[in-house]
Amino acid sequence: MLDYLPFEQPIADIEQQIESLKKLPEPTAESMQKLRHLRKQLADTTRQIYDNLTPWQTVQVARHKNRPHTVDYLSLVFDEFVELHGDKFFRDDRAMRVGFAKLDGRKVLVVGHQKGRNFKDRTENFFGCAHPEGYRKSMSKMRLAAKYHLPIITFIDTPGAYPGIGAEERGQAYVIAENMFEMSRLKTPIVCIVIGEGGSGGALGIGVGDRVAMLQHAYYSVISPEGCAGILWKSGEHAEKAATALKFTSKYLKEFQIVDDVIEEPLGGAHRDHHQTAARIKSYLVKSMKELTACKIDEMLANRYSKFRQMGRYLESSLADEEQTNSTAQFNGAIG
Amino acid sequence: MSTSETDFSEELAARRKKGIPPGLWVACPGCKKAIFRKEIDKRLGVCPECDFHYYVSAKTRLEQLLDEGTFVECDNNLLPVDPLTFADQKPYVERLKAEQKKTGLTDAVITGTGMIRARRVAIGVTDSAFIMGSMGSVVGERLARLVERAEVQKLPLIIVSASGGGARMHEGILSLMQMAKVSAALARFDQAGGLFISVLTNPTMGGVAASFASLGDVIIAEPKALIGFAGPRTIEATIRMKLPNDFQTSEFLLEHGYIDRIVRRPNLKSEIARIIDYCHG
Repeated sequence: MLDYLPFEQPIADIEQQIESLKKLPEPTAESMQKLRHLRKQLADTTRQIYDNLTPWQTVQVARHKNRPHTVDYLSLVFDEFVELHGDKFFRDDRAMRVGFAKLDGRKVLVVGHQKGRNFKDRTENFFGCAHPEGYRKSMSKMRLAAKYHLPIITFIDTPGAYPGIGAEERGQAYVIAENMFEMSRLKTPIVCIVIGEGGSGGALGIGVGDRVAMLQHAYYSVISPEGCAGILWKSGEHAEKAATALKFTSKYLKEFQIVDDVIEEPLGGAHRDHHQTAARIKSYLVKSMKELTACKIDEMLANRYSKFRQMGRYLESSLADEEQTNSTAQFNGAIG
Repeated sequence: MSTSETDFSEELAARRKKGIPPGLWVACPGCKKAIFRKEIDKRLGVCPECDFHYYVSAKTRLEQLLDEGTFVECDNNLLPVDPLTFADQKPYVERLKAEQKKTGLTDAVITGTGMIRARRVAIGVTDSAFIMGSMGSVVGERLARLVERAEVQKLPLIIVSASGGGARMHEGILSLMQMAKVSAALARFDQAGGLFISVLTNPTMGGVAASFASLGDVIIAEPKALIGFAGPRTIEATIRMKLPNDFQTSEFLLEHGYIDRIVRRPNLKSEIARIIDYCHG
């Protein structure tokens, strides 16, 4: 049985009606007719709701407890997964999974945040909030992948990097910086997909690549809506307002040229159909790998650099130039 | 959890906001003694009694570090815009105007070239008075251009961080990506053999700590600066424990191996020159 989000109540109502009709001992022509009608109504209602998700509703979908996580994709997208646990530094961070895998016959390295489904898993995985050892583990294996020209795939799904005493003692800021620094120049193709929550630095720490994509109802943000509300509105209760203000849904990220592609989710969100979502991710990965491996390494690295180099919006005014007196001012990129 | 936390202990907040208070005599937040203001000024904003390091503006910092009259500012024609049409309790455009008026800066970083004891350097300084010294598109772009300029002109690169705000929330995801952008520029600079000295001052937090500030070949910090990833209040709320006294200070980071040297402000200039000579001489 699905766990319905508050705004999914109309969906829940129709599904309940369908269930009770299905339970009738002797289906009549009339009940069959009604069932067909309800099924159509269900699809229409679901589409209506999911086509118009508010940013705050998107956050709830991205955090849905049944949403597929990294380990689900490891079994649904790849033919095998050989986990590599060692960070050679402190301990195995279960919030970060790393290992060799086969994608449609191609050998790759997969890196991903893992949240966990039940309470025990979630606690063991720190709710998907990786510690420095997790980022170190990912980097050491990404270097290994680059050494043997294995493409890298990362799945981003974290509320943020873990905030704690140990995390600070072991260099949380440093490892995130180091990961971005190295990923920007690793000599192997890198494809990153935001599959759920793209929580600030913790997300970006495995988020620098040749292709960055996100699932339709994922979000990717500089700060959690609760955190932003706490600072700017002085109360976490304004999270919904902050979610709208931050413009962190896939539509905006594509517009801001932060993500290259948005992978559409099945009707009613990824949590309603893991297999279909995994199939779409797989076909995106296969296609991207084909394109990237056809590219010369130097060219690929130059493209990766300029992709991140052009990110940002500012005004470049020649007014401030001493020698120029004309008042032309131009925007860097279009503003949506 | 966020890179944009702006919380501090009260003492640190007071230190950041007040800078050196006006008046002939100053009640030092470090030792609580009444200190003659000129004595603090004479020591580059350091308390003669307890060595408390006051906030100094980016402009003052440049004057303290560079040989007189050698600074040439770059990219001050890059100006912030409001890509998200962001508004919290105040629209971002109005906030920008107010901050510009208050600080005399166009955004939270000044970049350019100058001389440190006759050694030419590329230098950037963030100013914590401008929206907590946070990094938005302009800060990221000015720094990326500074790194590229250092690479082309084969100059040592110095970035002095004073950023409690990390990545600037008001420009959303575009701010977050400045972390990747500047880090990527630094990776190229590193590849080309460039020397980067990162100087951490109070405070250096969140997305700034988690990008360029941590990527120096040599990392220097002023004493007792607040430096870290997550804000202390966020950590306290997560782990529900009181934090140790020296938590996230320069001394804490030195002890745990994340910075190379703690240098008092009056010695900063000669210390930077000395390191340049070892690596770049």
